[in-house]
Amino acid sequence: MLGEGIIKGMTETARNFFGSYIDSDRLVTVQYPEQRLPLKENTRNFPFLVHDGDDPEKGLRCVACKICEKECPPQCIFIVLERDEKGKPQKHPKVFDLDISVCMSCQICVEVCPFDAIKMDTEFELSHDDRFRGLLLDKKQLAKPNHYYHKIHPVEAAEVDERLAAEKAKAEAKAKAAAAPKPAAGPAAATAGKPAAPRQPVPA
Amino acid sequence: MQEILDQLFVLLKAWLVGFFPLPWQPLVSILISVAALILVFALLFAVATILERKGLGRIQNRYGPNRVGPCGFFQPIADGLKMLIKEDIVPSGADRVVHFLAPIALVAPVLLAFSVLPYGRNMAPIDLDAGIVVFFAVGAGTELAVFMAGWSSRNKYSLLGAMRAIAQMISYEVPLILSSVTVIMIVGSLRPIQIVEAQAGYQGWLPAWHVFTPWGLAGFLLFAIAATAESNRSPFDMPEGESEIVAGYFVEYSGFKFALFFMGEYFGMFAISGLAITLFLGGWHAPLPFLEKSIPSYVWFFVKLFGFIAMFIWLRGTLPRLRVDQLMNFAWKFVLPMTLLNILAAGLWRFLPAGATRWLVCLVILLGAFLALGRSMVARRKWSPRKYRFAE
Amino acid sequence: MNATIELEATGKKSNFEILPKVTPAGEISGEFLEVSMGPHHPSTHGVFRMDVTLDGERVVKLKPVFGYLHRNHEKIAEGTAYLASMPYTDRLDYFCSMTNNWAYALAVEKLAGLQVPERAEYIRVITAELTRLQNHACLCGFLLQDMGALGTPLMYAFREREKILDLFEALSGSRMMCNYMRFGGCRVDLSPGWIEETKRVVENFPRFLDEFERLLSENEILIARTQGVGVLPAPLAINASITGPMLRASGVNYDLRKADKYGIYERFQFRVPLGDHGDVYDRYMVRVLEMRESLKILQAALRDIPPGPISDPKAKVRNFRPKAGEAYGRIEAPKGELGFYLISDGSPNPYRYRVRPPSLINLTILEDMCLGHIIPDVVVILGSVDIVLGEVDR
Repeated sequence: MLGEGIIKGMTETARNFFGSYIDSDRLVTVQYPEQRLPLKENTRNFPFLVHDGDDPEKGLRCVACKICEKECPPQCIFIVLERDEKGKPQKHPKVFDLDISVCMSCQICVEVCPFDAIKMDTEFELSHDDRFRGLLLDKKQLAKPNHYYHKIHPVEAAEVDERLAAEKAKAEAKAKAAAAPKPAAGPAAATAGKPAAPRQPVPA
Repeated sequence: MQEILDQLFVLLKAWLVGFFPLPWQPLVSILISVAALILVFALLFAVATILERKGLGRIQNRYGPNRVGPCGFFQPIADGLKMLIKEDIVPSGADRVVHFLAPIALVAPVLLAFSVLPYGRNMAPIDLDAGIVVFFAVGAGTELAVFMAGWSSRNKYSLLGAMRAIAQMISYEVPLILSSVTVIMIVGSLRPIQIVEAQAGYQGWLPAWHVFTPWGLAGFLLFAIAATAESNRSPFDMPEGESEIVAGYFVEYSGFKFALFFMGEYFGMFAISGLAITLFLGGWHAPLPFLEKSIPSYVWFFVKLFGFIAMFIWLRGTLPRLRVDQLMNFAWKFVLPMTLLNILAAGLWRFLPAGATRWLVCLVILLGAFLALGRSMVARRKWSPRKYRFAE
Repeated sequence: MNATIELEATGKKSNFEILPKVTPAGEISGEFLEVSMGPHHPSTHGVFRMDVTLDGERVVKLKPVFGYLHRNHEKIAEGTAYLASMPYTDRLDYFCSMTNNWAYALAVEKLAGLQVPERAEYIRVITAELTRLQNHACLCGFLLQDMGALGTPLMYAFREREKILDLFEALSGSRMMCNYMRFGGCRVDLSPGWIEETKRVVENFPRFLDEFERLLSENEILIARTQGVGVLPAPLAINASITGPMLRASGVNYDLRKADKYGIYERFQFRVPLGDHGDVYDRYMVRVLEMRESLKILQAALRDIPPGPISDPKAKVRNFRPKAGEAYGRIEAPKGELGFYLISDGSPNPYRYRVRPPSLINLTILEDMCLGHIIPDVVVILGSVDIVLGEVDR
């Protein structure tokens, strides 16, 4: 009969209308600034640099190897290696800029980093009224402590710490073995909480 | 006390008019009515927009506007302010004079149409003997405004929208008038107040409204269909046709002119709902006998009007839009024959003796026509739900 | 051919292009109206544009114009490493990033000879079918929106899609741009509780489908709007190399999940719904029925998923250089056959990188389907093709 399907549809919308008052499954809107969803473990937005200890400058895990700069698909990372007065490389970035207006949150920099120095942040309220300087994050803005990393990605951070500790122990053992003939090498490499020696780029 | 409450606005107006010298009194009386009408319906427009947005939101499982004021109920004020301060853009190719006149030409006749409706006991702004005719006459004026807007904008979409609007509104004017002819036949008057008074009284618990007779029910449904098409509401919103022709005839309007179109559309909806209430739903009469005296008559009118608005919102939230040609087919091949048969049924009802026979005769005619016409319409196009085969 | 008319009131030239309408006998009997629908028309699904020539409202000519969203995807991919193209594939058909990832990974795996572990294959099937669910649900919503149903079905579809996107976020970290698959497996393992959560979503999905079908599938207006509109006969569909639900709605039994048996699809029991008329209604219903079949695959996959590694140990993230050769990886994406053709010369970048986008190829017969119909039908037919401009323009 003509009109049957229309009546069926009307009852369905009526059910949804009244259902939205009683059934929380029918009214799923999150009233954003007041309500927030808990962020998930894997959530990623833009990268940040992890530093150990309290000093964001000294504790930076980044050694300015520029692998992420090379692998970044939209080329949003810019790194300058720090050199001392004699021009010797310092294994530390002098400049580390990341343009989040270009970054596409693909996480490839995190995957390729052999030092676990760059990780994905979950901060998403980054709007800014200056679309050039405001969205270009420098080293200071990017550096965040390891406990922050633990806060946003607890499981992943624990794994990373475990791995780093194991590597450090291994490197120390190696250094100790090497220290027998040459005692000077050990302490110098183990300072600043960085991995003792740059890991060889290993296939993941 | 209840009598005073019922006649509150009538007494208030008489008291106000009493301050003026006798020769001025008719003019002042009219001015007060006009001011009251504009005020009440502008307020109703604001309430209807927010109700519509919130209602649609709930139908679609979202909150709707809820940021401005308590539960978002000041949203229309914010919208109105926004509309007022927006730039008024006129396309360079447009016919400026007509482009300017069109929104005014849309709102003015609709406001005129409000003047003949009885809103409560003794509360018709003008008591015209040919009130229904006046209503349809001024209502037809909106078509001109719509075409003026579409043509003067020099936009292809607006032209298409205007063409559709003209075709649709003229086609549905016919069933609209023919379905109200039944009431005029039975009551024997074109005077809205007399039509309302003819629906006074109760048969047991059932009020003597026209909608509770077979021809009245059919007439009411047909009137409602034609009214939906006449006020360009979904599922007959082809002239606007957002997903097809962007916004139809008012695509080139912005700022307050756009707001006027919006308002004109809502006013048209209120006016035609008011007429449907007058013709079929007993006007300002209460649905149950014991409520007749205790609640003022104008309250009932507006309660029924809100019922109509809710129905319009519900339809809009559910149905997809018809196609232009299907709309025409529906008007001329289904609604028009139905209204003609309904006139026959109303005639039989008038001359058959009261009782079960005339109920039966009218019902058989109308239901038979509905089934036959509906089936032929679907069968001609081979429209049906389908079965599907599956490959393993 | 173009005539301009002078406005009486202002004396300005109008921008109307009016083409004379010529009868077969050679007489001019009226005028055609040329309307440019798009690129910012509300229902062209993005920045698609159609130049339609109208006789009244009837379409006599339709010229699709695209390229407004061209992003040079293929050339960029030829200049970057294999892995670096993976996040770009997310942005092809941004509704189905998981299937895009899979198709690209499949092509590279063929090229480099990588083996995908069992668990990764299961994860791929689960994510692909979830993608199919949300894509079809949204498409049906968009289609009804184009018909003027004012977003109600679309909002219901989005409500369900949200749940699936939440699953994707928990899995890959991002809701739409998942970037989840890797050559020889997947990026990360499932987080704890993900399977249970997915099972819950899959269990509740039929409730939504029933509601959706009750809402409009038998609606007289929907039937009148879609049946007999935009008919695509099977021979034309095959000749135009149409794939996906559009082809199956025309009655051709061709589903890559059955025909190609990529991944582990041969382990699952599912049926392929076929239409008999090839009109918009069939395309709509085939998609609804496909969602029900996808649910069966999902239930089986979620039940049988084995533990184990998720990535081929031979796969390298950096310095990935497949040996010289060529490979074509294709999968049944929600919109049709999505293929990636790669030629390697042994360097870190592909020598040639080519996408076979189902949206673009399905769009090629738009004019054939639209001729003789009127504007409202054109919008509905375009909606039933299911295009995403990110994929059409690349």
